[in-house]
Amino acid sequence: MDKQPIIDFQHFSFKYFCQAEPTLHDINLKIYPGEKILIVGPSGSGKSTLGYCVNGLIPFSYAGDIKGTLTINGVDTRQQNIFELSKTVGTVLQDSDGQFVGLTAGEDIAFALENDNVPHTVMHERVKKVAKMVDMQNLLASSPFELSGGQKQRTSLAGVMIDDVDILLFDEPLANLDPATGKTAIEIIDDIRKISKKTVIIIEHRLEDVLHRDINRVIVLNDGRIIADMDAHELVSSHVLKECGIREPLYVTALKYAGVKVTSDICPGYITTLKTELSRDALIAWHRSIPADNRHNRKPSILKIEDVSFSYDGIRTVLEDINIDIREGEMVSLVGKNGAGKSTLSKLLSGFEKEDRGRIFYKGKDIKDKTIKERAEIIGAVLQNPNQMISKPMIYDEVALGLRFRNIPEDQIEVRVEKVLKVCGLAPFTDWPISALSYGQKKRVTIASILVLNPNILVLDEPTAGQDFRHYTEIMEFLVEINKMGVTIILITHDMHLMLEYTPRAIVLAGGRIIADTAASVVLTDARIIKQANLKETSLYNLAQIAGIPDGTHFVQGFIDYERNLKNR
Amino acid sequence: MNTKMKLFSYNSVDTPIHRLSGLTKLLCFLFLTFAVMYSYDIRVILLVMAFSIAILIISKIKFSQIRLMVIYVLIFLVTNTVITFFFSPEMGVEIYGTRHEIAHLFGNYTLTSEQLFYQITKFFKYASVIPLGMIFLLTTNPSEFASSLNRTGINYKAAFAVALTLRYFPDIQRDYRDISQAQQARGLDLSRKARFRDRFKSALMIIIPLIFSSLDRIELISNAMDLRGFAKEKTRTWYTSKKLLRQDYSALTISALIFIATVCVTIFINKSRFYNPFI
Repeated sequence: MDKQPIIDFQHFSFKYFCQAEPTLHDINLKIYPGEKILIVGPSGSGKSTLGYCVNGLIPFSYAGDIKGTLTINGVDTRQQNIFELSKTVGTVLQDSDGQFVGLTAGEDIAFALENDNVPHTVMHERVKKVAKMVDMQNLLASSPFELSGGQKQRTSLAGVMIDDVDILLFDEPLANLDPATGKTAIEIIDDIRKISKKTVIIIEHRLEDVLHRDINRVIVLNDGRIIADMDAHELVSSHVLKECGIREPLYVTALKYAGVKVTSDICPGYITTLKTELSRDALIAWHRSIPADNRHNRKPSILKIEDVSFSYDGIRTVLEDINIDIREGEMVSLVGKNGAGKSTLSKLLSGFEKEDRGRIFYKGKDIKDKTIKERAEIIGAVLQNPNQMISKPMIYDEVALGLRFRNIPEDQIEVRVEKVLKVCGLAPFTDWPISALSYGQKKRVTIASILVLNPNILVLDEPTAGQDFRHYTEIMEFLVEINKMGVTIILITHDMHLMLEYTPRAIVLAGGRIIADTAASVVLTDARIIKQANLKETSLYNLAQIAGIPDGTHFVQGFIDYERNLKNR
Repeated sequence: MNTKMKLFSYNSVDTPIHRLSGLTKLLCFLFLTFAVMYSYDIRVILLVMAFSIAILIISKIKFSQIRLMVIYVLIFLVTNTVITFFFSPEMGVEIYGTRHEIAHLFGNYTLTSEQLFYQITKFFKYASVIPLGMIFLLTTNPSEFASSLNRTGINYKAAFAVALTLRYFPDIQRDYRDISQAQQARGLDLSRKARFRDRFKSALMIIIPLIFSSLDRIELISNAMDLRGFAKEKTRTWYTSKKLLRQDYSALTISALIFIATVCVTIFINKSRFYNPFI
């Protein structure tokens, strides 16, 4: 390996002007040409800030105090501007939709060349060549609305590769992608690196998904400091992940449950390298010891969807013959790739759209004639982005809004708002401005503002999107609390961990039809369903296969039951 | 929903009009608009209008795409006509120099043939811009439009801002719809039953979250553009720019001729900007 590092942080600290404390403390990090580095850390650990320092957004767009030095290719970054740096470092930002500048894929790929005054014919030629590398050559004329999440990400990748940069920086490349597309994204990044020998830096908190392919080193950031710099095997065997709240791979959790000593000797960094000779017996014994969970929900039906079909334009059906029966107090996940009809189904429930055929029953009564406002009192819908729902500056007013719209006397409003704020753990913040809250707290405010109307069913769209493990757990445990109080919860999600851990039942949509309505453990181990719905099989299943446990689905279900027993203890 | 989302936005169909370069369409639009704006000759105006409606048909624009716009413009024009009459009921008499009364209305207001003719002319003058504008908007790829604006000498940053607005317009529309639905679920009344003051307040309930979610979007896009070198040079090239072909020159010639003809009619035939049938 080349002795000269391509990126060299020396005693580097950074403080944003608007903040009292530095975000990065005394960073010392050398990255060598051709390395593939993963930077993990919980939200607020400074990992995105570290990325901004490398690509020049700091100090170009976000000003602040820099101490120490950062050199890229031997040149101090403070002597370069963002444009010079962009010739060395290509950045793919996390929201591949928002960063799509052009009106077509081709135009977006060409953006950097346009800014460099590259002549028209040369530009078209280079765009074609790069598009071929990411397999987008036939889609150059497509608009962002016609492209899937994965295709948009390929476009972004091509857009930075066109400059022939030395370093590719990916800022949370897996956010907003469904599991299968995320897996492909990791494969593409790896393949490109192998062909081009570029240095690759991935910033992500979803460790297990990135470790689908080889990584040279993992850097762990916490509270602005590097707390670990090691290979995947060492990291997974260490205590670091637990300490800073990053989820370890599920199969590692299973190994630990089974009492297997996880050390770097068994190569646990990747499921493909894991040596199971020593752990097989322990796994089988553990699996046999788990008592089956036989609690079945025998409560009456609360929501019944019967033969519902829907189409926006009368030509292409978005939902076809949907039949779902949900019982009181259930927690169900609704999964499937983008465009499968999940959001549309939630719109039908809220009454934003009207079904073309079929009927929807709430506690046995047809809700066809209920208005949007009336339905909100039985089925509350929470949008993914809290910023899309919050319209008042103060928490109290925001939560009270729905009641005020219903002309409920102010003294009753006070009682109800205070009660719901307490339930949501927001009571200490009653008089706070919403702008002072974290993302997770804002999410709670939006849930509170819906719960205050006392709906019996809550539909949440991607409640944990973009959240690190700690916030994810916080939000989900909060939902479990609400669920225990008797609210039926429907979760629209891409997150397979969420499905496995929190929802015993999963409904899978593909192409507007229900292709499965069964236990999450069955869904995530059935190759046919996984393929049709762009899911990814859980590593627990792979573990069972490697360890030679014949009934993988049963093994996964055992894991879920075991975890549930742990929690309920 | 999908047809609604496409409203006012470029739709890609292959017609001779779509194939013209954005620059050509911009210049033709300007020539023809200046022609009808310059002339108060109803014959010229109706001819240009008929011509642009023919083009509208050739470019396969459906009425449903422009219905909303047409309704708004008609409301504006009718209001304009009524107000013009109330403020200057004798304008026509002043311009044409004769006075043929049709009917006495009330007070000082008398309807004259001159006024009627003047207002009809004015109505068509404005109305004839609608098809022109619609053709331009609906057949020009926004980035190509930006590149043509840039070629006419306008700063490329300003030109790009136009393209970017059009690029994100559907996203903002979608946000708007999501937010409005979420607020309706909480009990926001957007129907016409609500009082005007309440409706104004309701609009704020949607606009505030829309602004906040758009600000997030803006930060992201400006970072993405910086990282890929936008605005580092004084000029830039355009992926979508088209070379001017023979049909572009023909279209330009035709529009220029129409413009020149209008000017000639004014100078040599009418000897004024007004066509006077009353003498």
